[in-house]
Formats: sequence, C-alpha cells, structure tokens
Amino acid sequence: MINMDILSLFIVVPALTVLVLIFTKNLKQARIVALAGSLVQLGMAINLIFSYIKERAMNDAIMVFTKDVVWFKNFNIHYNIGVDGISVALLLLTAIIVLAGVFISWKMEDLPKEFFISLIVLSIGVYGFFISIDLFTMFVFFEIAVIPMYLLIGIWGTGPREFSAMKLTLMLMGASAILLVGILGIYFNSNADGGALTFNILEIAKVNIPSDVQKLFFPITFIGFAVIGALFPFHTWSPDGHASAPTAVSMLHAGVLMKLGGYGVFRVAIFLLPEGALHWSWFFIILSAFGVIYGAFAAIKQTDLKYINAYSSVSHLGLVLFALLMLNKTAWNGAILQSLSHGLMTALFFALIGMIYGRTHTRDVTKLGGLLKVIPFISAVYVIAGLASLGLPGFSGFVAEMNIFVGAFQNDDIFYRVATILAVSAIVVTAVYILRVVGIMLMGPVKNEAYLTLEKVRWYEKIGIVLLLLPIISIGVAPLWLSELILKSLDPFLRGVL
Amino acid sequence: MITGISIYEILTVTSILFFIGVYGFITRTNLISILISVELILNAAVVNFVIINKYLFPEVLQGVYFSIFIIAVAAAETALAVSIIINLYRQISSVEVKDIETMKY
Amino acid sequence: MNYIILIPIVPLAVFLILGLFYKKIKPAISGYTGVMGLFISTCLAFYTAYNYFFVIGKTEGVYQTFVAKTVWMNFTDSLRIDMGILADPISVMMLIVVSVISLMVHIYSRGYMKGDPGYTKYFAFLSLFTFSMYGLVLATNLFQIYIFWELVGVSSYLLIGYYYTKESAVAAAKKAFIVTRFADLGFLIGILLIGYYTGTYDFEILNNPEGAAILSWASTSFMGLSILTWALLLIFIGGAGKSAMFPLHIWLPDAMEGPTPVSALIHAATMVVAGVYLVARLFPMYYFVEDGFALNIVAFVGGFTALFAAVIAITQTDIKRVLAFSTMSQLGYMMLALGVSGYEGHEGLGYMASMFHLFTHAMFKALLFLCAGSVIHAIHSNFLKDMGGLRKYMPITNITFLIAALAIAGVPPLAGFWSKDEILVAAFEHNKFLYVIGLFVAGLTAFYIFRIYFGIFWGKEGSYKHKPHESPWSMTAPLLILAFLSIVGGLIPFSRFISADKIGFETHTNYPLAAIAVFVGLIGIGLSWMFYKKENELANRFSLGFGTFYTWAYNKFYFDELYLFVAKKIMFNGIARSAARFDKKYVDGTMVGIGNQTVKTSEKIKGMQSGKVQDYAFAFIAGAVILAIICIYIWTN
Repeated sequence: MINMDILSLFIVVPALTVLVLIFTKNLKQARIVALAGSLVQLGMAINLIFSYIKERAMNDAIMVFTKDVVWFKNFNIHYNIGVDGISVALLLLTAIIVLAGVFISWKMEDLPKEFFISLIVLSIGVYGFFISIDLFTMFVFFEIAVIPMYLLIGIWGTGPREFSAMKLTLMLMGASAILLVGILGIYFNSNADGGALTFNILEIAKVNIPSDVQKLFFPITFIGFAVIGALFPFHTWSPDGHASAPTAVSMLHAGVLMKLGGYGVFRVAIFLLPEGALHWSWFFIILSAFGVIYGAFAAIKQTDLKYINAYSSVSHLGLVLFALLMLNKTAWNGAILQSLSHGLMTALFFALIGMIYGRTHTRDVTKLGGLLKVIPFISAVYVIAGLASLGLPGFSGFVAEMNIFVGAFQNDDIFYRVATILAVSAIVVTAVYILRVVGIMLMGPVKNEAYLTLEKVRWYEKIGIVLLLLPIISIGVAPLWLSELILKSLDPFLRGVL
Repeated sequence: MITGISIYEILTVTSILFFIGVYGFITRTNLISILISVELILNAAVVNFVIINKYLFPEVLQGVYFSIFIIAVAAAETALAVSIIINLYRQISSVEVKDIETMKY
Repeated sequence: MNYIILIPIVPLAVFLILGLFYKKIKPAISGYTGVMGLFISTCLAFYTAYNYFFVIGKTEGVYQTFVAKTVWMNFTDSLRIDMGILADPISVMMLIVVSVISLMVHIYSRGYMKGDPGYTKYFAFLSLFTFSMYGLVLATNLFQIYIFWELVGVSSYLLIGYYYTKESAVAAAKKAFIVTRFADLGFLIGILLIGYYTGTYDFEILNNPEGAAILSWASTSFMGLSILTWALLLIFIGGAGKSAMFPLHIWLPDAMEGPTPVSALIHAATMVVAGVYLVARLFPMYYFVEDGFALNIVAFVGGFTALFAAVIAITQTDIKRVLAFSTMSQLGYMMLALGVSGYEGHEGLGYMASMFHLFTHAMFKALLFLCAGSVIHAIHSNFLKDMGGLRKYMPITNITFLIAALAIAGVPPLAGFWSKDEILVAAFEHNKFLYVIGLFVAGLTAFYIFRIYFGIFWGKEGSYKHKPHESPWSMTAPLLILAFLSIVGGLIPFSRFISADKIGFETHTNYPLAAIAVFVGLIGIGLSWMFYKKENELANRFSLGFGTFYTWAYNKFYFDELYLFVAKKIMFNGIARSAARFDKKYVDGTMVGIGNQTVKTSEKIKGMQSGKVQDYAFAFIAGAVILAIICIYIWTN
C-alpha cells in the first residue's frame, strides 16, 4: 500500500510544506520548514531510486509504481502517474536542486514566507510533471510550474524585473498555448484505432495515429515544449529572465524547469508522434545545432555573468534537443544525461554568481577581477564548474556529451554528420567563453580595492555548493550505474521510431 | 381600417417616427431630450401594433391591448429615468450627456 | 601485472589529499608528500619495467600486451569506454620516463618553489598532472586516452596559470588550453569516425594488422581518401596540437609563463610527447591504412616543424623560449622518425628511433630546463642580455648544462647522439629530402644550444644586483642525476626492447652517416664558439646580413599575431559580437516587438470604450440593423 502511493507523496509532501509555511511568521521559521520539506523530498527521491531498481528487477512494464484515478470522466482525464528510469533520475535532480536552492536562499530577507511558498509550489509543478502519464495532468502540472515564475521574478528579482518577468511568463504562456493545441490534436486523434478518446500516454503510444496528423502536430507539440527548452529562436526569454531572477529561482528554473522541455519532447512529441518526428527531425536538428553554436558564440562577448550563463544554457540545452532528434538509444541516453548534468552545473553556476553578486554587487565581468585571491573557495569552485561545463572528463558533462556525439554519429547520412560536426565544434567555443570569464573575473590582479575585504564563504553556501558538486563529480567518475538505469528504460521509445 | 390609406403609408409614418427617435437618441446632448426620443421610439412601436391589428387582424384586439401595456411600461421607465437624471444632477449639476463620460478607457 | 594500477593511483591520492586538506597542511609536508608519492610510483615503474622487459614480457620473442580493463560506460551494445591498464613496450617505457622526470621535478621544486604562497597547490597540481600522464600512457582504448588527454591539458592549464595574478600567465594558460582544445576537436571527430567505421575503440583490436579494423580501410572512402585515413589525420591533428607541431605550435612558447620546473616536466619531457606517443600507439593503423598515407603527412609536418622551430630558436633572447622552440624542433624529429618508419624488424627503425629520442630527449631537455631554472632563480631574469660569466658562480649548473647541451647537439657518446643518429639513418633510408632537413636541423640545434650556453656561462659578466650563488642541493641533485642519465641513457640497447612489431632487433651504427651528423654538430658548436664565447660583433653582423628574414624569425614569423587577429577580430568581434547583437536586436526584438505590437493595437481599439452612452447605443442599433438585414436576406432566399 505504501509502495503504491510512493509517487503521490512527491506531490503531497511539498503541498504539506506549503501548508505549514503559511503559518510561519519570519525568515527563520520559513527557512527551517522549507529546509525540512526539501530534505524529506531528497530522502524520498533517493529512496525512490533504490525502490525503482528493486522493482525493475521484477517488473517489466514501461512504467512502474503506477496509480490511476479518474478525474474528469467525460473527457477521459485521469490522474495517472508512474515512473521509469528517466523520471526517477530527473526527480532526484529536482530534489537536489530544490534543497540547494533553499540553502542558497538562507538569507532571503523580504517576504520570506511568500518566497518559499512560491518556490515549493513551483517544485510541486515540476514533480507532478515528471510523474504524470496522462497528458492533461501533465499539462496542468506544467502550468503550475511556469506560473509562479512571474511572481518569483517580478517581486524578488533585480534589475528590470517586471519586464523580464513579463517577457518570460508571456513567452512561456504562448508556448503553453501552442502546446495545448498539440495535446488536443493528439487527444482527438487517439481513437484512430477505434478505441475511446484518451489522454493516457501509454495507450496513445499503442494507437496508430495517421501519418498526416502526426506530421501536422509534431512541430506544434515540439515547439510547445522546446520553447522552455531554449530552442533557437524562441530562447530570448532566458537571458533576461535569468538575469533578473533571484539566485534560487535562476537555479531552479535553469536547472529544472528548462529540462521539462526536453523531457516533454521525449515523452510526448517523439513517443506519441514518431512518424512526425522522423519527418520533421531535419528541420529541428538544424535549429538546435545552430542554437548550440549560436548560444556559445553569443556568450563570448557578454559582460553580465548571468547572461553568459543563460546563453551557455541555450547552447547546452540545444544539445539535448539535438540528441533527442537523433532517434537512437545512445543519443537519447546522452540527452537525458545532459539534462541531468547541465541542470546541476547551471544551478551551481547560478549559485556561485549569486554569491559573487551578493558580495561585490556587480555582475559585470569587466569590473570584477582577481577574485581568486579574495574569495578562494567560491572562485576555485567556479573554476571547477567552468571546467565541468566545457566537458572535461571526470565530470558529468563529458559523459553526457560523448553519448550525444557517439549517438549522433550513428546516423550515416551526410546531413547528420555535418550537423554533428557543427555541434561538436561547440566544445572549442565553450572553452573560449568559459576561460575568458575565469581569466578576467577570477584570475589576474585584484581590480577593485574594495574587494580585498570580501566576505569568505558561509556554511550554508558551502553546503549548497557541495550538494551540487558531488553528483557532478560522481556521475563523471562512475557513470555506469546512471547510464544503465536510463538505457534500460529507453527500449519502448525506440519501438515507435524504428 | 381607414379607407383610402393603405397600411404601407402608415407603416412609413411610424418608421419615420422610429428613426427620428433613434436619431434623437444618438444625437441629442440633453438627457431629457434623449428621454423624449426614447418616448418617440416607444410610441412608434405602439402605433405599429395598433395599425397592424386594425389592418391585418381586424377581428381581434390583442394588438390594442398590448399597446396599453407599452404605454404603461414607457411611463414607468420614464419615471425611473427621470429619477436617475435627478440623482445625477445632484452629483454633477448638469443634465448634459457629455458630462458623464467617466467610465471609459 | 595488476599492481601497475598503483602507479597512477598514488599521485591521484596525493592530489586529493593535498587538494582537500589544502589549508591544514604545512608547505614542507606537502613537498615531502609529493616527493614520496612520486618516489613510490617511480619504484613501481622501475619494477614494472624490469619485470616486463626482462622477466615475463616476452613470449616466443614477441613482447606481449598485458591488458586489465573494466567497463566504464556503455554507448551501445558494441561500443563502450573501458578503463584499464595496458602494458606493452612503449607504455612501460613511458612509465619510466614520466616517473623519473616527474620525480626529479618534484625534488627540484621543493627548492625552487620554496617560500611561494601556493606551495601546496603547486604540488597538488603536479601530482594531478602525473596521474593524468600515467593514465594517458596506460590507456587501453581511444576514449580512455582522450579522457586523460583532456586531464593532462587541464593540469597544464592550471600549472601555466600558476602565477595567476600575472595577466600574461593567465593569457598563456588560456591560449594553451584553447589551442589544444581546438586540436582535440579534430581528435574527437577522428575517434568518432573510427568508432563508427570499425565498431571499436580498443587499441588491441584496432592495431591488429590482420584484424578487420585495419583491413576494412578500403571499404568506405570520402573525397578520394579512405575514411580511416581521414580519421587518422584528424587524430594526428589532436596529437599535433599537444606536441606543438606547426601550425598548432603557438601555445608552447607562451607556456613558459609557468614556473620553470613545470616547463621542464610538462612542456619538455612529458605532456608534449603525448602527441608522438599517440601516433606511436596507433602506429600499425597509421602504417597499414591506405599504405601509410597519413604517415607521410606526419613525417612532413614533423620535418617542417623541426626546421621552423630551429630557425626561430636561433634568434630568441629569452632562454626559456629558446628551449621551448628547441623542444618543438626535437618533437618534430620524433614525428619525422615515426613518419619514415616501416613496420617489420629493421624497417621499423624510425619507430624505434622516435621512441628512443623521446626517452633521451626527456632526460636532457628536462635537465636543460632545470638548469635554466637554476640560473633564473639565481639572477631573477630570463633574458640573455642579463646573463654572462655565470660559470664562476654556478659550477654545477654550468657542468650539467654543458652535458645537456652536448647531448642535444648529438656529440657521442652522450645520449642524444645515439637517438638522433638513428633518426637520421631512418630518414636517410626512406626519404632523402627529410634526411637533409634533419641534418641541417642538427647543425642548427648545436648552434642555438651553444649560443645560450656561452651566453649564460661565458662571455662578459652580466651586472648582477647581488652575487649569484649556486642553487641548494635540492635543486642541484636532480641536475646531477639527469646529467648522469644524459650520459649513459644512450647506451641502452633500445631496439631490443622497443620496436614497431614488438619483436626486438639489433641495430648497428652506420658509421658514415654518424660521422656526418657529428661533423655537422661540431660545425654548429664551432660557429657558436666563434660568435658567442667572447663578446664580439660577429653575431650582430651576421643577423643584419639576413635582414628581413631575421626580423621575421625573431618575431616567430608573426604567427602569434595572425592567430590573435583571427581570434580577436574574426571570432570575437566579428562572429561573437554579431551573434550577441543579432540576438538582442532581432530575435529578442521580434518577441518584444510582438508584445509592443499588441500594446499598440490595444491603444488603437481602446477608443471603442468611449464612455459615451450614445456611442454604445449607436453600435447596438447598427448591429441590430445589420443582423436584421442579414436575417431578411437569408429569409427571402
């Protein structure tokens, strides 16, 4: 009985956290409650991995720990949840990043209660999205994940926060509108084999949706999800949005929310519309490969640290979409590993940038300099994070990127080869912008007298950093357990495309 | 039935009356004038009812009865409108329609 | 042979300990820890070599390859990355080279870096580097070597940028990393190609001359060459980047910004030879695929680099830069030797000579760098103009430098003579043109190395702020040990152990060619004696005679400026800035524009809410009339 509800707990526990948060009175209480809630979540996520591995050994179904409750009978909408290897890994990612985000926000002085509530509500949306198997439920959780961003950026952000919040939310809402069209398109064609209309992903996958319908709805669904996954040219909400957002929100958004795009593309667009995917892959491969290089080049000349990181995310996430469109297991494995790896790395970056900003009150790279001497721990971790981001072996980025490249290379056609080489050459451009920032900001002589008295790293910042750094290193050094976990769950998705 | 005058002529007269009322409603600046125009519209409708009754259905009297209803309703509505205008006058000291445009963009 | 795994593990452990407990360890302890760790690895390396070459290595006259590996990550059912150790002649030899040089550098660094605030960090990075280098030479497959290749590159970055408050050091570190990363891009694409077309990354399977991997080269071709040739050329690009072959050489001279022991270890003896090692590791593929097409390219690139670098070395005034270009030139020799090599028995002379030269060069080049470090430590300047007459003050450094100089000039019976001679013989047997180049470079080598020898230790005494004194024994002991090795290193019968087909063979000295080579070397020494031993105008007049060519050589043929131009003007300002601007103005502009458009439209139609009752009434009636007309129209049709 407990086992069956193990997944619903992922929604119930944060909801309870929010409930308790409503009764807290000040920062100290709010952060303790949020911390407790996220710790429990992390524990649950780790427990889920072990239970999943145990369950997988016995059960061969596509999704395990499923639960099905009818929600709206007339439209055949169910509250249908379940997980497989991919969801489990992403749930763990979310739990880690939420916990790190709570630690980083330890000193959030204004309206702390509301801040933590919005943060946790956002995480409810994300958890729900990862465990849903019903398209409608998935969409509901998607919205729950996106809407609090407006409040979080608009109220607690810095700089032109209302503008950024507005832009981000409107663009993502626009994407959701497009996505809804796609989902409804799939829904209304889910009875092609004579059954009833259904929103259930697993059942729709079994139906043979007619080819022209697939070709029509694939781009709609793809773009609907890919906007939040920073597909060129719909990525421009990301630089402004991240720049204005407070640290924990950037961490959560770039680290987790942007992964919803890739996950959605994989679970919905490619799984349910495989012929559409085959037909349209060339177009989106061009866009995503271009995005990879474009994001990297655009990052070179930026002066705002957060903008550099945002464009870096565009580049790295472009690789995720690129890999997903390659339609083979190795590339998919790489895409998911890249989602995980990039989530952790970008959260780490944003955390570090937040720490630097909190001390120097500027994010302008040209004004900073010689930080390695003054805040050695933070700077050293920044260098490590930078090296991880450029795909150095020993960190998770390398593992992910190699899977993507080898997988992409499996496609023989000259078009795919050229696109792959274009994407691979991004490793040089990434090295350029990362080392540029490290060289200007951390190394070199100390530029500003005032910096000589910067505060050293605090205990809660250290915990947040280590929490994010450990998985990056452990996946980088010993990737086998994770890649096997994911690889085994990829088989059913392959059947459609073959 | 009035000999020598067909229904069309009378309907023309009532239509003209109706549209004079509409025109007055749209164009007049004084609230009372607008009220008078509304009366014109209603009266045109009343005459229409009676004429159609007399010319097309001479045996029955429903149209005439309904015209009494309309007159009663028009009177009530006028009373209501005048009370609103009086209240408005107490607020803005004017019965011009151009002084009550505050509920706009 | 499984104890070999301990050899890389010990420096890794040292790195982790020094890195994690950075603040709590006293500098002296970290120095000792580093040295102890490396000492253990060195002992193990020597034991491995003894075991491999003399006890268990050979079976029926052929050196066996011992492999122990485990799956690290699976790509598909057939492609995967293994992690493991591979013991074969060249990897065991490299273990010795890396261990000895690293140990010498560790001991030397204890004296050289004394008092430096980042002492612990330094030793941590040195151990990281040594670990990565061990992993590289012991790699069992292409991806494993790539992984350690990158780690070596990062260690180099961290060590070049060690004096991180100096802007020139930061720039040099960045340059080194990015140039080698660019080369690694080629390497990676080559690996991907090989993986796809042969179905494996494993060295044992790839290198089998009768195996499907090599034999399949003719099946797929692209633009006239076999796809495997393309892959090998791309992999060579990776090797060329690490080994500073032209035109990917620009990072090496700048890498001299790092502390001198680092230059000795990384940029003379170990990391830069990784490219040579890579080609040697894949030698059967290079030789057999498309009849060695790729190998020809290797030879010419090596030969050209050797000449190019030697010409520049003659003109440089910073002694470390001279040594950097000298390294480049000697690496060119090694690539050339590999390029002209055959496979079986005596035909594989080039292969053997290349590895032999790698071995001996490591000894004397590290020695040269450490001597240079000793000099720099004493007088606090890198430049020739500040030096002179130091033989009175630094006798040990003087003698050891002289020994190293004689070795690199190819004077018998020192180590350099034997290895360089074998290279020239191999070149003579296969490609006379390259032989002539090699011979000329030998002369140039002798000339430039004695130029700086005389410039530092003889001639007019430089004006020294305080009297220079000999370095402490922690620095001179390694000098003496390396000098000893430079003397006896050449006497090892290398060809019995290292050969392309793993079956040892005997070499016999080709006396005529040896004599020519020694003669050319002596001419070089003689010329530099004339020019530099005593202060005179000969050198200046000579260089003026060369005019513009001299200026070009002095400025390293302006390649740095060319690369800087491409990087700054084209990549940064051209592409990157345009991309950023395009994104802000047009892509983002479109999105914001949509928003603005919505607002403008709203402004235009908000007039409909005019607040005037009469307008609303008009709209109402107009609508009703239109509806009525439509209804009548429909009704009557």
